[in-house]
Amino acid sequence: MKARVHVTLKPGVLDPQGKAIANALHSLGFDGVKEARQGKVIDLDLDDTDAEAARARVDDMCRQLLANTVIETYRIEVDP
Amino acid sequence: MKSAVIVFPGSNCDRDVAVSLEQTTGRPPVMHWHADPALPEDLDLVVVPGGFSYGDYLRCGAMAAHAAAMTGVRKAAERGVAVLGICNGFQVLCETGLLPGALMRNRDLRFLCKDVHLRVETTDTLFTGHYAPGQVIRIPIAHHDGNYVADLATQCALEDEDRVVFRYCDPAGKVTEDANPNGSLDNIAGILSEERTVLGLMPHPERLADPRLGGTDGRPLFASLLEALS
Amino acid sequence: MTTITPNIIAEHGLTAEEYQRVLDILGRAPNLTELGIFSVMWSEHCSYKSSKKWLKTLPTSAPWVIQGPGENAGVIDIGDDLTAVFKMESHNHPSFIEPYQGAATGVGGILRDVFTMGARPVANLNALRFGAPDHPKTRHLISGVVAGIGGYGNCVGVPTVGGEVNFHPDYNGNILVNAMTVGIAPADRIFYSKASGVGNPVVYVGSKTGRDGIHGATMASAEFNADSEEKRPTVQVGDPFTEKLLIEACLELMATDVIVAIQDMGAAGLTSSSFEMASKGGLGVELTLDRVPMREEGMTPYELMLSESQERMLMVLEPGKEPVAEAIFRKWGLDFAVIGHLTDTGRMVLTWNGETVADLPIDPLAEAAPEYDRPWEPTPPAPVVDAADVPEVPWTEALPALMGSPDLASRRWIWEQYDHMVMGDTVQRPGGDAAVVRIHGSERGLAMTTDCTPRYVRADPVMGGRQAVAEAWRNLTAAGARPLAVTDNMNFGNPEKPLIMGQFVGACQGLAEACRALDFPVVSGNVSLYNETEGRAIPPTPTIGGVGVIDDLDRMATVTFKAPGEAIVVIGERPDTRESGWLGQSLYLRELCGREEGAPPPVDLEHERHVGDVVRGLIQAGRVSACHDVSDGGLLVAVAEMALAGDMGAALTLAAPSAAALFGEDQGRYVVTVPAEGVTGLLAELGTLARHIGDTGGTGPDAAITLGGAEVALSDLRAAHEGWLPGVMGA
Repeated sequence: MKARVHVTLKPGVLDPQGKAIANALHSLGFDGVKEARQGKVIDLDLDDTDAEAARARVDDMCRQLLANTVIETYRIEVDP
Repeated sequence: MKSAVIVFPGSNCDRDVAVSLEQTTGRPPVMHWHADPALPEDLDLVVVPGGFSYGDYLRCGAMAAHAAAMTGVRKAAERGVAVLGICNGFQVLCETGLLPGALMRNRDLRFLCKDVHLRVETTDTLFTGHYAPGQVIRIPIAHHDGNYVADLATQCALEDEDRVVFRYCDPAGKVTEDANPNGSLDNIAGILSEERTVLGLMPHPERLADPRLGGTDGRPLFASLLEALS
Repeated sequence: MTTITPNIIAEHGLTAEEYQRVLDILGRAPNLTELGIFSVMWSEHCSYKSSKKWLKTLPTSAPWVIQGPGENAGVIDIGDDLTAVFKMESHNHPSFIEPYQGAATGVGGILRDVFTMGARPVANLNALRFGAPDHPKTRHLISGVVAGIGGYGNCVGVPTVGGEVNFHPDYNGNILVNAMTVGIAPADRIFYSKASGVGNPVVYVGSKTGRDGIHGATMASAEFNADSEEKRPTVQVGDPFTEKLLIEACLELMATDVIVAIQDMGAAGLTSSSFEMASKGGLGVELTLDRVPMREEGMTPYELMLSESQERMLMVLEPGKEPVAEAIFRKWGLDFAVIGHLTDTGRMVLTWNGETVADLPIDPLAEAAPEYDRPWEPTPPAPVVDAADVPEVPWTEALPALMGSPDLASRRWIWEQYDHMVMGDTVQRPGGDAAVVRIHGSERGLAMTTDCTPRYVRADPVMGGRQAVAEAWRNLTAAGARPLAVTDNMNFGNPEKPLIMGQFVGACQGLAEACRALDFPVVSGNVSLYNETEGRAIPPTPTIGGVGVIDDLDRMATVTFKAPGEAIVVIGERPDTRESGWLGQSLYLRELCGREEGAPPPVDLEHERHVGDVVRGLIQAGRVSACHDVSDGGLLVAVAEMALAGDMGAALTLAAPSAAALFGEDQGRYVVTVPAEGVTGLLAELGTLARHIGDTGGTGPDAAITLGGAEVALSDLRAAHEGWLPGVMGA
């Protein structure tokens, strides 16, 4: 079973990389970009067979290691 | 004073801080391997050194925070043993929750290695007794992720409880935006835990504790510890 | 089984004649894996086929040289039973394609060359050449290369302490990234690549092998389809964390007595490492490729042998000592596999799934490696520029313009991204003449520098070659060091063109003359040819990395003005050219007159040596308070750099100075400062070799350089000097 974790900075936390991306897009002429936020994607290959159990386990992983919940938030996709 | 330096795979300032500890205290620290949860007995000080623990590949300090040795560090901290986290060590201590807040990518997104000026905000600590209140010192930084952030409640608590130890300032001691090298909240360079026994700071006091290297402003930090802990 | 077609042969870079040699050696047609091995071993990179004839003319020995060229790095005796181990290597093309990873893996590769010899790396330097600052690619390349060097060096925890950067439109399509590492090893614990002991285990350690860096050209063969192409990255990705572990694990193992021979897997991976170890030992080697730790599924023997995956090493161990080594590598979380053993057959035999997939004779393959005496033509001499034909720009305009010009502006924006202090021994940080790193636990230091002035080399390869060596020697001398040896990184265009080959030949001649005259032998090096884009070659760039020793750090010199009221003295002027000055190929001529032309300044090696020995003597005797060599930009630029470093002005007393006298780039000169009480004695002693040109003085906002009734504020100079690069980089 595959799971994908999206880790992004919490709304309101300054994102210098996202800001740089937005600036770069503006300088390329993409004027309509109001904001860019960046994050990371972590793909996991799991031996779970139950999607809910997998989700719970990945949630645990996120809280313990994959995301720093002081500044980051995460979203989990499980692909059975 | 008996001290230990935690060595993670990827630590690279472990030797540097060991040299400073030995020069100041006359006694070499125990170099403690990350995989061993049991710290030496009777420790007065644990140092979590600078470097790139586990390559800092997920997030600075994130993987080191889960190393076996950190269980021992946490227990030691609970017993009141002094803990000093420098640079990557500060990041590790934030990731473990021993210190509040987090360290994000520098404002300009670049790694930055240079001398900065710091104002000593409090001398009521185990770490800064040998400085004068408000003293301006020159210490190098070398980091990519030193941009301190914390929520409002933490920010207030740090201020109210006199737990901000160092702030980036100009050579005259003014805390200005221009003197802030990385975008840190309120120019914060180093903070204490609630119990005041854990200090994390981004600058490297061990890098200017030897006149041969161009300065000794880092030395009083180690001297303070020696006096407070012996 | 793939049939070897002329197309496949050509894609492997072998000529028809070279392929015939393959057939003669084997007595049969090679299979694809074998062809791949031949192509790698006979590549320019491994065989030095165009350059070998001329490299042999370089002086490589001295009483203090322990290991000259031919090993992973050179080794010199630095006293106290210690050695310095160093080398410079290029990573030009990869850095142009993917600047971050190209530069990062360049640093990783040169670090491995040094710790393979048993040395702990103590410093990195980088000589970089970029295209025109306003070329659309330049900014992206600078930012990627600098971040890559920093990203790798900072993480492994080796300080990046120095180097140089030039800009020239002729590097627009072909930048140069030359990385140098200096390490320190105990004299009785140097490790070499010569294998010995039939039956001894051959061990693979480090990262797993993936499909990194297998060249695009070899992908067209019938075995590969579109699918495999997709999963075969040709850009190698560096893993500095693994490198750091590899350094610690290797050094830990080297403290035991179990290593017979060790070799890093560099550009030609498993092929050249196993081949060279066996070849040097006059032995054979048998490898079971199934045992190679693999990162990806479905890898072929061909890929395993040609992969350029980083952070890998090959070792021959004492028999029965595998567990000792394995325990150390496991502790550091690294792969460890016994993949074969040494034999007495003199052949390289590779097996895969129980079948022999390659069987090659080692000595004939090495001996038959092509060596060419390529036709060459000398560079026609350039006319000497007459200073009288050069416009006079007032010095108050010329100096700020030069200080803020691409080749002279401050590199702070770059070196602040490098951790130049980790390891706690950096006693001279970037920005001076030479970087100085304390020998850990002592009061002695290693001074190091990288130098080359490509515009001089292009105008006159022999003189430019001399100058590159002389400047490295001068920079070490200016720090008070005894220059000991160099590593050379020869970056040139296509050697099949006689004029380019002539540049190479000329530069080698100049290098050899200077190294001999200055007792400054070459102990290691690297050649990078074919640096051309659309038929246009880079300026010839023989980068010299120099290393010297400072026996007492209390007697080290820096460029910084120390105190007001000290005499500023120039040492080394020749009385006949004192007032004239050499403007040919000078930055004044290029930056202020738009002319890059003329013969470069001559380098008189006898004069160079004499002046340098005098200056070093003064530094070692504690008679001068600051010292700086005069190079790019000439005398006034040297004084301005010292003033900026010390944040202190200078009042110069030169009478009616011409642009040529102020900005001429005559060689063999130093500027020193002398405390007032020592001036008279020093001037009397040195006679016409020294000239008192002014005094230090003035600090704070009013600090300025004054001359002939005019002045330039230091703050203006600083703004020009510090502002240029951040301006280009937009930050």
